[in-house]
Amino acid sequence: MSQFEYAPALESTAIVNIAERYNLFIDGKFVTPKSGKYFPTINPANEKVLAKVAEANSTDVDTAVQAARGAYSKVWSKMPAAERGKYLFRIARILQERAREFAVLETLDNGKPIRESRDTDIPLAAAHFFYHAGWADKLQYAGVGDQPKPYGVVGQIIPWNFPMLMLAWKVAPALATGNTVVLKPAETTSLTALLFAEVCQQAELPAGVVNIVTGAGATGADIVNHPGIDKIAFTGSTEVGKLIASSIAGTKKGATLELGGKAANIIFDDAAIDEAVEGIVNGIFFNQGHVCCAGSRLLVQENIHDEVLEKLKVRMAHIRLGNPLDKNTDIGAINSAAQLAKIKELVTAGGAEGAEQWSAPCDLPGEGFWFAPTIFTGVSQTHRIAREEIFGPVLSVLTFRTPQEAIEKANNTPYGLSAGVWSEKGSKVLWSASRLRAGVIWANTFNKFDPASPFGGYKESGWGREGGRHGLAAYLKASN
Amino acid sequence: MAVTPSQRIDVLKTYKLFIGGAFPRSESGRVYSVKDSKGNHLANPSLASRKDLRDAVVAARSAFPAWSAATAYNRGQILYRMAEMLEGRSEQLVTEIIALEGVTVKSATEQVQESVDLLVWYAGWSDKIATIAGSTNPVSGPYYNFSTPEPIGVVAIFAAAKPSLLNFVGALAGVITSGNTAIIVASEKYPLPAITFSEIMATSDLPAGVVNVLTGSATELVPWAASHMDIDAIDASGLTSKQLKEAQLAGVANLKRIRVHTQSKAPERILNYMETKTVWHPIGI
Repeated sequence: MSQFEYAPALESTAIVNIAERYNLFIDGKFVTPKSGKYFPTINPANEKVLAKVAEANSTDVDTAVQAARGAYSKVWSKMPAAERGKYLFRIARILQERAREFAVLETLDNGKPIRESRDTDIPLAAAHFFYHAGWADKLQYAGVGDQPKPYGVVGQIIPWNFPMLMLAWKVAPALATGNTVVLKPAETTSLTALLFAEVCQQAELPAGVVNIVTGAGATGADIVNHPGIDKIAFTGSTEVGKLIASSIAGTKKGATLELGGKAANIIFDDAAIDEAVEGIVNGIFFNQGHVCCAGSRLLVQENIHDEVLEKLKVRMAHIRLGNPLDKNTDIGAINSAAQLAKIKELVTAGGAEGAEQWSAPCDLPGEGFWFAPTIFTGVSQTHRIAREEIFGPVLSVLTFRTPQEAIEKANNTPYGLSAGVWSEKGSKVLWSASRLRAGVIWANTFNKFDPASPFGGYKESGWGREGGRHGLAAYLKASN
Repeated sequence: MAVTPSQRIDVLKTYKLFIGGAFPRSESGRVYSVKDSKGNHLANPSLASRKDLRDAVVAARSAFPAWSAATAYNRGQILYRMAEMLEGRSEQLVTEIIALEGVTVKSATEQVQESVDLLVWYAGWSDKIATIAGSTNPVSGPYYNFSTPEPIGVVAIFAAAKPSLLNFVGALAGVITSGNTAIIVASEKYPLPAITFSEIMATSDLPAGVVNVLTGSATELVPWAASHMDIDAIDASGLTSKQLKEAQLAGVANLKRIRVHTQSKAPERILNYMETKTVWHPIGI
């Protein structure tokens, strides 16, 4: 076999200017934190510190909530809806203009391949603002009555796996519906949110409509528990989602929760196998498997198990792991040392419980956090790697004989975020889709996202939807 | 030899639970005294226990696959059949409502009529709610993408007190018209119309277990319902704010959807117990 080596094709970092330290963005200005504290954010691909970021304490959060309240009652709720929409259009346009800068910064801070931040995260973030901008003056068609009302001040807490995209999923519908926000990015990936603050300034968004407070779990808890918050929107683990649900019990606060998943990806024996193999790879190795809706449980019909596994291993051997800034890279760095430790712990448990591990042959860089794409075969439903969210590039393979068994195994989880089904037979695809207890079903595809498409889970994968009319409605209340 | 009307002793009804299509007494053997509006003893309905609740959940979960897979047309006809049966039993329910709530004949009659009409209203929604709440979504790519609401599963309902029949029927009909199955805890103070309505359900071709009716103490049953891992959602409209908070805290165990309604007649009564499913499929040749 001839060998074609890929020459490195590095994306330049010259387009981004990273400051030494970042302050909080409150009431339209960058302000020093009352806590006086800053924490480092690193590049997970080389463990070097990129910048220091302010840590907001409860006083800072209170200031941000007050700014959001003031902006809500004095400016944002009084502005004609069409004018409000124009600000979102402006933001969408500026995100498009500065897309490359955002993509590079995202890859530096998060570790994801530039191919994904450039082609998926940032374009989709801009699309979310453009989509929701057009909703701002059409809210009476959102399905929440003739005169829907915003909640007021929304507290938004987002994860580290798609930092800028999750910001867009949260901020765009909140602003379009007339709410103002206090947003906290994840502590390992604050930088694109802080660059977004600059976009708000460039768009001349009224002060206080968007406030960004950085910090870790304690800062998030301060937002959740603040009496001035009318609604919480959270994306993250089911564990933290449940803490939030407990915290707001007995209050009038609304909530949408986008939580964990353990999605089944079902391959029937009448699937187009080569396409299915691409779908399996995309389902679990996209974004290093740091995806709540990842297809982390592969359910293969028993009679094609060997053929699928053989092709999957060949395909996985061609996955390129390495420098996230290299345009050829498929798998970048694991986001943090803590996440890498969690992946390793579950992988060890997989072996200890009797599943067989196979990892793609690839060289892991010396510095940074890395994990080779890995599959486990011989997995049973009781294994931890079949039940718990690994949130890494690790696939558990199970088999089934009948379609009924496939559905039963797929639904045998407290989660219900997404599922995949592969078959060339239309009636079987729809039969499966109607029986899978999950909010998003990818049929003969996987991991597709769009602002017009509602996303969110059944069961313990959360409350509510984001995207589309359904996601918009989650930011509105009927006026009666 | 026939007795004269003045000599005849009435045959009184034993008010029991309704679980899995049958009318059992509470496994606990407990009853409680329900009074009329003047404070006189009326009946001894069952005081349902935790075990009764759990039995009701098993019945509701078992009924879910077939009921949710029934055609919407079929579900609509069964709800309409319930309205037909209620119309025919109006007199009995009017009598019970007057005795319990102390309202006039006119008011009680109106409540029953409104309940019949509400059932007809919800019957008609069964094959329309997905049209109103679903969508095809114009995604940027060669994919067909559609969203449709699906029943959430097993719903526990704590019905609000007065008007007792209307609250009971309104909560129930909204939940089951979409394909959910239910456990409904009748108002503690006004439970008799709920049991009489169970007799209507038992004769309306409603499959066993789709609706299960418990009578007794909401205070006692709330923690067990809220922490039950096989209940997906709770209509908490009949709970006090203290009970609501308790339900919300215990419901965190499986992230139950817990809702409170102020209107009997509202599409939210249906949609709040549905989940939106979105399906993607490529378009190509």
